[in-house]
Amino acid sequence: MKLVTAIIKPFKLEEVREALSTIGVQGMTVSEVKGFGRQKGHTELYRGAEYVVDFIPKTKIEIGIDDAQLDAVIEAITGAAGSGKIGDGKIFVTELERAVRIRTNENGPTAL
Amino acid sequence: MEQLAELSYALDTFYFLMAGALVMWMAAGFAMLEAGLVRAKNTAEILTKNVALYALACIMFMFVGYNIMYPGGDYEGGFMPVISFLLGAENDAATFAAGGDDAPYYSARSDFFFQVVFVAAGMSIVSGAVAERMKLWAFLLFAAVFTSLIYPIQGFWKWGGGWLNAAGFQDFAGSGVVHMCGASAALAGVILLGARKGKYGANGSVIPIPGANMPLATLGTFILWMGWFGFNGGSQLAVANFDDANAVAAIFVNTNMAAAGGVVAALLTVRLIWGKADLTMALNGALAGLVAITAEPLAPSPLLATCIGAVGGILVVFSITSLDRMKIDDPVGAISVHGVVGVLGLMVVPLSNSDATFATQALGVGAIFAWTFITSLVVWGIIKMVFGIRVTEEEEYEGVDISECGIEAYPEFASRN
Repeated sequence: MKLVTAIIKPFKLEEVREALSTIGVQGMTVSEVKGFGRQKGHTELYRGAEYVVDFIPKTKIEIGIDDAQLDAVIEAITGAAGSGKIGDGKIFVTELERAVRIRTNENGPTAL
Repeated sequence: MEQLAELSYALDTFYFLMAGALVMWMAAGFAMLEAGLVRAKNTAEILTKNVALYALACIMFMFVGYNIMYPGGDYEGGFMPVISFLLGAENDAATFAAGGDDAPYYSARSDFFFQVVFVAAGMSIVSGAVAERMKLWAFLLFAAVFTSLIYPIQGFWKWGGGWLNAAGFQDFAGSGVVHMCGASAALAGVILLGARKGKYGANGSVIPIPGANMPLATLGTFILWMGWFGFNGGSQLAVANFDDANAVAAIFVNTNMAAAGGVVAALLTVRLIWGKADLTMALNGALAGLVAITAEPLAPSPLLATCIGAVGGILVVFSITSLDRMKIDDPVGAISVHGVVGVLGLMVVPLSNSDATFATQALGVGAIFAWTFITSLVVWGIIKMVFGIRVTEEEEYEGVDISECGIEAYPEFASRN
């Protein structure tokens, strides 16, 4: 199993959700985060004083998937979240050692 | 005839009470404006400060302040205040029925009501300037002294018929007596308090600390704008005859025009110098326009009133940035809006009112500022020595909502700045 973590632009969330559900991904966890990569911040102005905002709001999606789905998931996220502009985000894939469905105590891929 | 006289008395009293109620509503305006311009972690505390200072001002003014400010005709031209406690009696029917120049034309209690909301407004100016780092109870202690002694004594000098009034100083609704007085007390406090941590950088740079709630700040400004119709309009002190009714109408119009001029001028100014339409400056511009016209809202033409407001709007923008350059940290711009523009308001009175001269106006400015600033410095200084006026660095970081109030204004929004 794999844990796919995607950092995307917040307004892309709905598109990514739909793209994932089309290929059969049943659930996800979403959190609001801030960050920056090579995309730099922007300056804001408040009562005449300038300040640089380094951290840009992003949305983080985490999904647990079966190994077989990995390529399709990455393609779905990239297709939906990508815009060709700086700041589209990143996808990280890590090995998911174990998964449990709390309600039924199922283990492994059936728990995803 | 008697019925007409009673009706006139009732109408003037009613008008006074309604105008006073409008000025009372400005307390909500100040509370919302300040709540919007401070950070979320300090919002409950500033709201508590505003509620408490209003209540405290009413009590202290009832207890001793009102009598100091209005000792009566025997003390015309006076300098030394006279102390007496609690409110006097209401007008009696016989004095009223006797008629003539000495007969009262409105209720004595309504006079107190109208005046007490002014002292609360004046004290409220201080709360914004010292926001986010002052101890709540130190502030309230100062408020008790300000509303019972400092404000009433300078108020006596002008509106109570004292020496400033005798000298010819003009201040229709309080650009000096209320606004510049409050701002002077605020300045003294801010100087002894110091700036918020992290506000000024190493090489003189100014670090913005944005307010948490622009909708509240805007709502507060509109509430103040509306309340000002009572503030200036009520200061005509009568409405129940042809001349006074027209005067009140002119005052309402001029007050409104000055605020409008202030907004547009401030907005154009910031657009020109920074390329952005800073909402907080537009709000300060409206208030600056209102303060600028408050010294003389009756005499100018509506066009002149608009221009006076506009000058206030431009001035306030530069004053705010200048104070920041001098490292005088004023989170809401109170010292600029009420103090710097208060002086402007007093000095332009001769443009429309020939009873005033630049010399007498300057005398008033100097007297009110010197008295208020120096006494405030002393009182703040004593409080600072005995109790301390600033919260600890850790309390300031955590937010004064936690340390002073034990509650949060926005408990479900977790992020801390």
